[in-house]
Amino acid sequence: MPEGSIYITRSSAIAARALAGEMMVMNSANSTFFTLNEVATAIFQAADGRTPLQQIVRDTICEQFDVDPEQALTDAEQFVAELSSHGILLVSSEPLSAEASR
Amino acid sequence: MSLMSEVGQKAFDLGVPIAVHMDVTYRCNERCIHCYLDHDDHGEMTTAEITGVLDQLAAAGVFFITFSGGEVFLRRDFFEILEYARRLMFNVKIKTNAVMIHEKDARRIRELGVDTIQISVYSHRAEVHDAITKLPHSFDRTVAAIRFLREQGLRVTIANVLMTANSFDHLGVQQLAADLGVHYTLDPTITPMMDGDTSVLSLRIPGEELPEIFNNPALVGNQEDFCAPPKPPSEEDLEGYSCSAGHSFCYISPYGDVFPCVQFPLPTGNIRQQKFLDIWNHSPEMNEVRSIQAKHLTTCSSCSHVSSCSRCPGLAYVEGNMRGPSTADCEKSFYRTGVPTANMLQQGLSKPRAATSKTTALIQIRTIAVSA
Repeated sequence: MPEGSIYITRSSAIAARALAGEMMVMNSANSTFFTLNEVATAIFQAADGRTPLQQIVRDTICEQFDVDPEQALTDAEQFVAELSSHGILLVSSEPLSAEASR
Repeated sequence: MSLMSEVGQKAFDLGVPIAVHMDVTYRCNERCIHCYLDHDDHGEMTTAEITGVLDQLAAAGVFFITFSGGEVFLRRDFFEILEYARRLMFNVKIKTNAVMIHEKDARRIRELGVDTIQISVYSHRAEVHDAITKLPHSFDRTVAAIRFLREQGLRVTIANVLMTANSFDHLGVQQLAADLGVHYTLDPTITPMMDGDTSVLSLRIPGEELPEIFNNPALVGNQEDFCAPPKPPSEEDLEGYSCSAGHSFCYISPYGDVFPCVQFPLPTGNIRQQKFLDIWNHSPEMNEVRSIQAKHLTTCSSCSHVSSCSRCPGLAYVEGNMRGPSTADCEKSFYRTGVPTANMLQQGLSKPRAATSKTTALIQIRTIAVSA
């Protein structure tokens, strides 16, 4: 496990579905509703609890979108922090099971 | 426009079925006097069939799913269905009478991340509620269940259908909802039975009682806006159509029949015989519903209420023409604003006719035979 890695997974409390390339995400526990753009959707879909965020950004985001790797990682960390504060993503320094409990 | 409305409009424009209402059974432990269903089981989908349908719905882009009935908890596999739906990440709403929900069930519902539980309550007086449901002690059991659900922090809505038998009780039910810490919604629409029998329409509250509801800000929000005289329709109003039935919403019966809406008994296909998306995308009936624009409506296109009326195409269809007026909505538009509708003027009426009951079958929801 690389040092300083962040692992992310989707909360099992949420509802989510893609609509025309954008992901709708709802957490009924706190009545939050988001739509994620294509880049955010790619991170959300790759949030399997086993792949470090740095690897998701490198292998998925930088491969699929024309972005600067350093900037992409900074943006991804902000995005993860935002969704985590709403209970949509769960974050850990250890690998997590996919769709972790609430 | 809220984000939710924007998403709904996007689904409508793209023709994505973002929301589905699925009745998992028509069986029920109550026998409500106004109910439109035949409670016999004519061959409900099995657990495997329903989970298969859920897979198809998720792939088709359905986000919001409402499980209803009948009484959903009469299905022994209902929690299995719920669990499967949540694993597919649907936003789930349940409509129930709640009499079978105990503390452990409430806990399980919370653990599964159900969004909302809508529960029918007809009166704040047990004797009136029980007389409507014809199930002794149903009021006490329903209210106990609401408390269990609230203790779990779940979002509960009391749905109060208004009819002649409880027409004076809606303020009491509203207070009960406030006391229980739950939302309240009122529906004054009684619909014909699924076999076309309109005898239940005699339970509709007289139109003259609607203004009291329409002038209650707690029920309608901004009363002045709600009851304002209709504005002339814009070009956009006439080119468009406000109802989501068949555009971004549909209904699936316990037998797998697919309809544009639970109130729109136009059979469009059966999911036991065809893939859901084949019905949704290619059914001639579904496409006919989608082809309707406000400017195509007979009578209503020239009505001053056309841009603000809650006209239900399903109720219009039951009356004989999906492009025609729905007299229940004409009545609401008139009593909301005091302005006669084109339908009324055409018939030379200064106020709507009272709902009549007759037993002639108009439209039937038919079960499509499935070969073994």
